[in-house]
Amino acid sequence: MKLEARDVVIHHRRQRYGDMLLAVDHVSLDVDEGEFVAIVGPSGCGKTTFLNAVDGLLPLTTGSLTLDGRSIDRPGRDRAMVFQQPSLLPWRTVTRNVAYGLEIQRLPKNESRRRAERFVELVGLKGFEESYPLELSGGMQQRVNLARALAVDPEILLLDEPFAALDAQTRETMQQELLRVWSETRKTAIFITHDIAEAVYLADRVFVFTARPGRLKETIAIGLERPRDLRIKHDPRFVAIETRIWESIREEAARDTMAASA
Amino acid sequence: MAEAQRVDRAAVAPPRDSSIVITTPLPDQGWLRRNDSLVIGTVAVVVFLIAWQLVANARIWSALFLPGPTDIVTAFAELVKGGELGIDIAISGQEFVTGYALAAVTAIPLGLLLGWYPRVRYALDPFVTFLYATPRIVLLPLFIIWFGIGVESKVAVIFLGAFFAILINTTAGVRNLDTHLIRVARSLGGSDLQIFRTIALPGSVPFILTGLRLGLGHALIGVVVGEYVAAQHGIGKMMMIAGQTFQSAQVFAGLTIIATAGLLMTLALQRLERHFDAWRPQR
Repeated sequence: MKLEARDVVIHHRRQRYGDMLLAVDHVSLDVDEGEFVAIVGPSGCGKTTFLNAVDGLLPLTTGSLTLDGRSIDRPGRDRAMVFQQPSLLPWRTVTRNVAYGLEIQRLPKNESRRRAERFVELVGLKGFEESYPLELSGGMQQRVNLARALAVDPEILLLDEPFAALDAQTRETMQQELLRVWSETRKTAIFITHDIAEAVYLADRVFVFTARPGRLKETIAIGLERPRDLRIKHDPRFVAIETRIWESIREEAARDTMAASA
Repeated sequence: MAEAQRVDRAAVAPPRDSSIVITTPLPDQGWLRRNDSLVIGTVAVVVFLIAWQLVANARIWSALFLPGPTDIVTAFAELVKGGELGIDIAISGQEFVTGYALAAVTAIPLGLLLGWYPRVRYALDPFVTFLYATPRIVLLPLFIIWFGIGVESKVAVIFLGAFFAILINTTAGVRNLDTHLIRVARSLGGSDLQIFRTIALPGSVPFILTGLRLGLGHALIGVVVGEYVAAQHGIGKMMMIAGQTFQSAQVFAGLTIIATAGLLMTLALQRLERHFDAWRPQR
């Protein structure tokens, strides 16, 4: 499934200030079927807002967002989101959390259970099927979060900084795991992060957003071969790309600071 | 070391190997150790009863003023023999069950509604706040005018007492739902009804049970005080008469009946709370 964004403008409603903040400003980009893209940018640059709009949780002000030519206006079965917070139902076991999306789609109970069990195993949580979320570590909770999104078999997987709250080691493990799972399912994936190395390691292409309001600053093709081992992070080509994106974002952060102090 | 390995395994192992979960049984503990809260609590109660009995036996004050535990048991036996006690318990029980059940079946749905629809809450908030701030027992004179001195006026007081505790807690339960969970459900395409059933309802169960437990106390106050004021039968009525005729031991016997009923029902509700709280690690 192909995602096309054309001149997307999104305003963010600020209840407290009683105004609308321009969050995403004329963003146009394409994501091809089976492609893994990452969006990076300084914090508050509208990355998450853009992703929420792709999920259908937020309306566009102007512009268009289409999936295979059909316009997005609400959440749908073709997309599933992995949220930044694990957001698991604490009173449900691991398996029943993974089955939650399937139950929402009114699949029969034992059918959704069977499918959920497969995805619990895929994300490496076999043996924890009957555990409750509060008994799991942060990394394991995010695995459940990922499995829940995968279980509904979406065409596009949307990931909103899913590993941001994890410690450095767990984060790397999860990045590796995500690539393994992705290579088995080959879903189109849009990954939001502020961690440049994470973006470069995971993605085929990286979109760099400007500071608020978010505009697409540049698109960088990664071109590193797959499958990728974590060691690739020390490869000179990897470091070169990482440095280039870093400089691009630093420019933005500096501009933002100047604007704020002016 | 073993702990660290276990965690590592879970986090890193590929799925084929991760079917192995390494666990070690807890070390053995004696019965006394495991039930120390029960043992210490029981010992404390027994010590208290013995001390009370000793003070009463010393007869510093007359048995009319301070009866001992054995006097209360005797009084209780006399009440049973007298035959009136059965009727009193039946009447009080009937009042309680009717009022409390009515409160539960009306306050829970209404509380869910108030929590879910802000506009309904805005409309009813003034009334709820006003009545909750008023001790409902003060409405008793009005209820006696409206419903007479029979069972009905007591049912009304019990109902109102329990109603607001349940209502307010249920509303709070729905309002305190984790917005992240609602976002997940929306993102997965959940309808309002599905979100209500799978998130709002289970999410507010702990609050509802707390409301039921608090409502229990209010309802019991309603039973006793309602009967103090005006009644033909009931435990409260019996205690009132006993008090007016200086039969302190009978007052204590009535108190024991009320306390036991409250205790048993609280325990039952705590059981229920624990059942619904199974997902909360270690209490």
